Amino acid sequence: MSDIKITIIDREGEAHVVDAPTDMNMNLMEVVRSHELAPEGTIGICGGMAMCASCQCYVLSHHHLLSEKSFEEEDMLDQAFYVEDNSRLGCQIFMTKELEGLAVKLAPEST
Amino acid sequence: MIKTDIIIIGAGPTGLFAVFEAGLLKLKCHLIDALPQPGGQCSEIYPKKPIYDIPGFPEVLAGDLVKNLMEQIKPFDPGFTLGERAETLEKLNDGSFIVTTSRGTKHHAPIVVIAGGLGSFEPRKPPIPVIGEYEDKGVEYIIRDPEVYRDKRVVIAGGGDSALDWSIFLADVASEVSLVHRRKDFRGALDSVEKVEELSKIGKINLITEAEVVDLKGEGNLDSVVIRHKGQASDEEVKVTDHFIPLFGLSPKLGPIGDWGLEIEKNAIKVDNTYDYQTNIPGVYAIGDVNTYPGKLKLILCGFHEAAIMCQSAYQRIFPDKKYVMKYTTVSGVDGFDGSRKEAKREVVKSIN
Ligand SMILES: Cc1cc2nc3c(=O)[nH]c(=O)nc-3n(C[C@H](O)[C@H](O)[C@H](O)COP(=O)(O)OP(=O)(O)OC[C@H]3O[C@@H](n4cnc5c(N)ncnc54)[C@H](O)[C@@H]3O)c2cc1C
Ligand code: FES
Repeated sequence: MSDIKITIIDREGEAHVVDAPTDMNMNLMEVVRSHELAPEGTIGICGGMAMCASCQCYVLSHHHLLSEKSFEEEDMLDQAFYVEDNSRLGCQIFMTKELEGLAVKLAPEST
Repeated sequence: MIKTDIIIIGAGPTGLFAVFEAGLLKLKCHLIDALPQPGGQCSEIYPKKPIYDIPGFPEVLAGDLVKNLMEQIKPFDPGFTLGERAETLEKLNDGSFIVTTSRGTKHHAPIVVIAGGLGSFEPRKPPIPVIGEYEDKGVEYIIRDPEVYRDKRVVIAGGGDSALDWSIFLADVASEVSLVHRRKDFRGALDSVEKVEELSKIGKINLITEAEVVDLKGEGNLDSVVIRHKGQASDEEVKVTDHFIPLFGLSPKLGPIGDWGLEIEKNAIKVDNTYDYQTNIPGVYAIGDVNTYPGKLKLILCGFHEAAIMCQSAYQRIFPDKKYVMKYTTVSGVDGFDGSRKEAKREVVKSIN
């Protein structure tokens, strides 16, 4: 088994502990979509290309284990709303074993 | 009133290919799109990215796919209403429909096809609670006529290409242009960034970086914006202005289609996929990313397939007494409405006496 458990707090504030596979090159945005934790059409609009910020989330744990923000991610967050110091784009966070226990909260939908 | 056989809402790849399939059945199409250009997501989100899963194209740029689709449907001479959002759907007593757009353009046809993808692309609005009160009273999300800003004070917000380009353009039109951006760095074409820097040095653009517009003020019309500088929550600057133009890109919204009495599930329109992709309103079809059914995949290839099936059913609705037998284009060729004809060369059979 190469799943890890992570906690995702949805936009209504409800916490979900979900399994995320680490062997499918899956990113956090895709995990949220596969567990249907945000309505269709409100997350992953650019398909995970760091071009829409619909997958913005606040990282509540394991910051130190996340990869550095790329130029594109930094730039997109710059254009987004509700950005905090712990904001990241979910589509740029790939599921690895080290992230076991990761906790994130989805940022509000930007309209 | 624009009259046609099929009104197609959405000029993305699915809507465009539907024109071709309808054309084979001699049905005329008219497309409506909120965007000023055809191509849907391919043109708006990723025109320069390659797509690898279009059958027969090992690799094709999204923008080129749209160009090819436009070329392919040219003989069928579709009409376009671009830059207008389909707003209302009205069913007439004879079973036909009138679709009216945000600018009041009316379209009449016996068949309506919704190929609206993720929805119509709408400007992203910054989360300023009072922003709605000032829309068209000093706040605009799209610049339609730059002359509106002549000799006016303008505040633009955003850090992308359109914020840069409009700041440069309006620097020569408006009496004062301020550009507010959250960071010092701008993402956009290098020469636009350099030009903004240059104009800022000579005082033609007032660059306000590491800052955000957080509030709007004015009695009735906008008269000033409140700007918060990074890390200085209490230190807000009030800037007197006539116009505030937030340019933060577009995001798709299902919009008014959601109120047409169609069965909606998870932000998509439910259709009868075992048969023809018709919705719960007879004569209204939904194809491409906008529809949902068990096993749905949001892929361009699936939109193409659905377009072909839908057209056969639409034909039967318009001509209930005629029986149309599907033909291969290799055999029957393609007859354009403009008199053009494409067909495969006939084999020359030489008989030996
Ligand atoms: C970054 C990215 C990469 C992708 N890569 C691939 C890929 O490799 N392969 C693949 O098959 N698919 C890919 N897709 C998905 C693909 O783009 C969609 O499946 C496809 O665009 C759907 O086409 P469509 O015509 O159904 O809808 P869209 O392309 O969404 O077009 C719908 C159009 O309808 C308009 N519209 C909606 N409502 C209204 C209204 N009320 N009034 C007027 N106009 C309206 C919209 O403005 C829009 O232009 C990708 C998507 C993205 C975002
Ligand atoms: S899905 Fe668009 S930025 Fe992550």
